[in-house]
Amino acid sequence: MNADVVREVFFWGVGAIMVIAALRVVTTQNVVHAALYLVGTLMGAAALYVLLLAEFVAWAQVLIYVGAVVVLMLFGLMLTRAPIGKANYDNSQRPLAAVVAAVLFGVMSWILIDAFSGTELELAGENAPRTQDIGAVIFSSYVWPFEIVSVLLLAALIGAVMIARRDEPEADKEVGS
Amino acid sequence: MPIAYFLVLSSLLFCIGVYGVLARQNAVLILLSIELMLNAVNINLLAFSAHLAEAGVPGQIFALFVIAVAAAEVGVGLAIVILIFRNRQNVDVDEMSLMKW
Amino acid sequence: MNWVIDLIGGPQTVIAIAKVLIVFASLLVLMILVVWAERRILADMQARIGPNRWGPFGLLQTLADGIKLITKEDFRPQLADRWTYAAAPVIAAVASFLAFAVVPFGDEVTIAGHRIDFILSDLNIGLLFFLAAGSIGVYGVALAGWSSGSKYPLLGAVRASAQMISYEIALGLSLIPIVLVSGSLSTKAIVAAQAGSVQNVTFFDGIPVLESISRYFEYVPNWYIWSQWPAFLIFLIAGIAETNRAPFDLPEAESELVAGYMTEYGGAKFLMFFLGEYLHIVTVSAMAVTLFFGGWNGPAPDFLGWVWPLAWFLFKTGLFVYLFVWLRATLPRLRYDRLMWLGWKRLIPASLLWIAVTAVVNIDNAQLSRNWKLGAFGVMFAVVMVWVGKGDPRLRSAVSPQRRLDGTT
Repeated sequence: MNADVVREVFFWGVGAIMVIAALRVVTTQNVVHAALYLVGTLMGAAALYVLLLAEFVAWAQVLIYVGAVVVLMLFGLMLTRAPIGKANYDNSQRPLAAVVAAVLFGVMSWILIDAFSGTELELAGENAPRTQDIGAVIFSSYVWPFEIVSVLLLAALIGAVMIARRDEPEADKEVGS
Repeated sequence: MPIAYFLVLSSLLFCIGVYGVLARQNAVLILLSIELMLNAVNINLLAFSAHLAEAGVPGQIFALFVIAVAAAEVGVGLAIVILIFRNRQNVDVDEMSLMKW
Repeated sequence: MNWVIDLIGGPQTVIAIAKVLIVFASLLVLMILVVWAERRILADMQARIGPNRWGPFGLLQTLADGIKLITKEDFRPQLADRWTYAAAPVIAAVASFLAFAVVPFGDEVTIAGHRIDFILSDLNIGLLFFLAAGSIGVYGVALAGWSSGSKYPLLGAVRASAQMISYEIALGLSLIPIVLVSGSLSTKAIVAAQAGSVQNVTFFDGIPVLESISRYFEYVPNWYIWSQWPAFLIFLIAGIAETNRAPFDLPEAESELVAGYMTEYGGAKFLMFFLGEYLHIVTVSAMAVTLFFGGWNGPAPDFLGWVWPLAWFLFKTGLFVYLFVWLRATLPRLRYDRLMWLGWKRLIPASLLWIAVTAVVNIDNAQLSRNWKLGAFGVMFAVVMVWVGKGDPRLRSAVSPQRRLDGTT
């Protein structure tokens, strides 16, 4: 079978799943279902990354986004309020939001198609970057962004702990000292 | 395979995310919509990284950075949401119009 | 992507499908044996007999239990969320199966001119896949708890997801030193790097008596456990916590949460959770063997062809499964705050420190002089001393019951 046809079919299948799942994320009236549809979109994105010869990023996406970020979201939903069944989570701006999103999509896709129509991607993968190359480049050319991201993560960690921490009663404080 | 496929798909996902941020009132659902938008950006980055084959690695590294930043964002965002819930028993952003109560 | 395209059509497709089917079927049979072995070993440790009616030594007891569970009524609580409730057990079982895809369970064999690797999928980022598959398993637990529409499952699910996310970090960090020393994320390459015996041991050079010992090192297999035992300990503890087994079985703690996230499940759906848990045990054991105990490598490699490595792999994995059962029989359940304390304040810092040590040890001498290395170790030693010296008051009260009785905590 022709490899290009396979890729095309793969793209359209995954793309359709992603778009449907994304639409359900923003329209469903059950918060946990919204998180699950987001998982569908993220998994689809990971599949597209594999198509785009970025296997390391694909599995990092599954590990971090699907495995940690959305689980954290679910955790947050369960700690706040996640009733089974329907509830209203939309505000009164819905029609306006739909118009804004549609116009934005029209403008963006018009510009992108205008600029990049006819540009073909070469996905045969002879010179696909290896994980080793990614590591080498991160720790040479991109050391500073990497360090800044690590400081950002540390700041976010401490910030999250400080924000969400419940103030302990006086009696408990002695235990920690 | 035309690169425009990926770009249009990613812009579609981005706009769905924009709609979600504007139309939702539950804070956690807004965070979910923001994740959609960040993910659309990642697809773009990787499509261009595959397009510019010799410069392919930086695109992937940027995508990894975006994933890391998203993780940090969710951590802090959820901490804020949980704190608000603890104080107000509600995470609707429409009702958070007051700076103090 | 290209391996997917290669797969469509051609003999490789047949081989891949056959491998998946054979491994799936063998794992199911293995599950029956593992459950039976656990019940027999536990019974033995508690001076009981255990299942002994069905088949020789009660071997078919698990099969009978499975048939009973499948034929039970498939009910759904009225408040449950329909699809999520049905999907959660499937996710839990599938995630455990997925992780097995990157475990190499034997050497390669050539049949009719086609080379067949004894691994379902030799991804060059196998370790990342293992972690990703493990993280998907959290969904099964979290969704089961939420969708049951009942409060004990929800509490169990919140506990479970917090525990599994926390220990996933330590689990992932404990794999980094292995990646550093082997230079690969592929499980197959990691097993290949552990072949043969320990070479070039130079510790004892120049010491009269000990120097002669060095030649016996050729009988010691070249496994990562010798140099990476701290990483192994962290991996093992985090792995047990990931499988939600005793002493980390808080998510299902039957005495406080009824059965945690699976309270509202029965029949075939319960069987899926059960299957998932035992599969997870086998997967973690197999991964421990692969990463630290040389995988399918064993003495006399040419003996018996492809059966021999497979036998060694199963034997080593079986030992780890025994360890899991042994721990369940021996250790009481941890309290939840101690569990979090162990994961966040001990395992994660320890694994970070061990990554630093491994990195410094593996730097080329040409790039970094001996003095710098010693200096780095000095700093790390100081960190460890401060860490140990400061301790944790809860640990101190745990080791000295007298102080707790005094009320000084």
